[in-house]
Amino acid sequence: MNIQLKNKPAKAASAVRAINWNRIEDEKDLEVWNRLTGNFWLPEKVPLSNDIPSWATLRPEEQQLTIRVFTGLTLLDTIQNGVGSVKLMGDAVTQHEEAVLSNISFMEAVHARSYSSIFSTLCLTPDVDDAYRWSEENEFLQHKSAMIMEQYATDDPLKKKVASVFLESFLFYSGFYLPMYWSSRAKLTNTADLIRLIIRDEAVHGYYIGYKFQRGLEKLSEERRQEIKDFAFDLLLELYDNEAKYTQALYDSVGLTEDVKKFLHYNANKALMNLGYEALFPAEACKVNPAILSALSPNADENHDFFSGSGSSYVIGKAVATEDEDWDF
Amino acid sequence: MGEIVYFSSRSENTHRFVEKLRLAARRIPSGQAEAFHASSPYVLIIPTYSGEGGKGAVPKQVIRFLNDADNRKNIRGVIAAGNSNFGATFGIAGDIISAKCQVPYLYRFELLGTEEDVVNVRHGLERFWTRPPSKHR
Repeated sequence: MNIQLKNKPAKAASAVRAINWNRIEDEKDLEVWNRLTGNFWLPEKVPLSNDIPSWATLRPEEQQLTIRVFTGLTLLDTIQNGVGSVKLMGDAVTQHEEAVLSNISFMEAVHARSYSSIFSTLCLTPDVDDAYRWSEENEFLQHKSAMIMEQYATDDPLKKKVASVFLESFLFYSGFYLPMYWSSRAKLTNTADLIRLIIRDEAVHGYYIGYKFQRGLEKLSEERRQEIKDFAFDLLLELYDNEAKYTQALYDSVGLTEDVKKFLHYNANKALMNLGYEALFPAEACKVNPAILSALSPNADENHDFFSGSGSSYVIGKAVATEDEDWDF
Repeated sequence: MGEIVYFSSRSENTHRFVEKLRLAARRIPSGQAEAFHASSPYVLIIPTYSGEGGKGAVPKQVIRFLNDADNRKNIRGVIAAGNSNFGATFGIAGDIISAKCQVPYLYRFELLGTEEDVVNVRHGLERFWTRPPSKHR
């Protein structure tokens, strides 16, 4: 808990402060609160049962892979809901930050709950039970959880944030790849819609926690900053090493490992950027399959490089919904 | 070469990208944006804020800046940052400004941009400013 005590030594009195949203210390708190609450959703809003015929077209090993991947994602959301965001709350600098983190914590519970909705809609109970058992026995999944939990147990607020951003912006993606892959082949498209809602939430979480990380970093000496940076890159490489093995164990049988790894590199770079660091993996290692990018963002494969000179002269943006009351012309 | 006019929130993502370009650039301030003017040709670089369906995607300060007809007449192109995780609204601030101001959406990058993005934009802008007069503008 971060109920802030206002210590006035002279009087030895302390007051418990009520949060005041009309006095904002960090405008990002309000901005992100508005974004997250505006994005609120529940799995019931997605018509998952429309995927039942599509699920039946998957081969048994593809079904098993999908259930395992979603169980792995459930585990990460469980950590983030019950431990990660709660630990970060204890480090909150403003009361508004604590409130935003409480939203993040709850949405992680919604995400974890969503996978169970997918299971109950599409899968047989024994198959799901098998996957939960698998998740407890899979050494790479357990190792990645242990590496994150170890950081959450430290006293260092910045190291906790690094671990949290890596979980939100990197570790989920070996799992998110699969529903994007199915969606690109017109399979499980409603499930993919639900996963896209999760991806959007995680992007805001990674951005916000990364932003708070950078505000904390500003207050440190150059030496300490370097130490944290070294820690972050070491942890990323350690997580990546394990993630590559996890990916092989899951995806080798369907021949997708190399494709997934490119997606991992691309997202590892974005996780580093959320912390304010430069990308680590070179551009050629991050050439994500266009079908996956396009499943993630419908216009991601459109040419938005006027400079490259490819294609027609140039594209003027399509008319899109704007808040016309704000524009004078 | 024309200049770069850009906006960056306190996250400093767009600011970091612009710094890496090492080209003449001025930042639209967070407060008192009305006092900021662009009286010669420029390319605008801005982040996309992610709202439901693209609502609130263009930062208010940028809208205020563009509401000034003198500023608006000098815009020649827009470059926008975003995040592909936001799906259909990825980099949509660039689409909105491109449509509103009838200028090309020159380039889109994610977060603070990669080295590849920096090279593409730096070289692209050099060619853009030295290209023969276009009938489009």
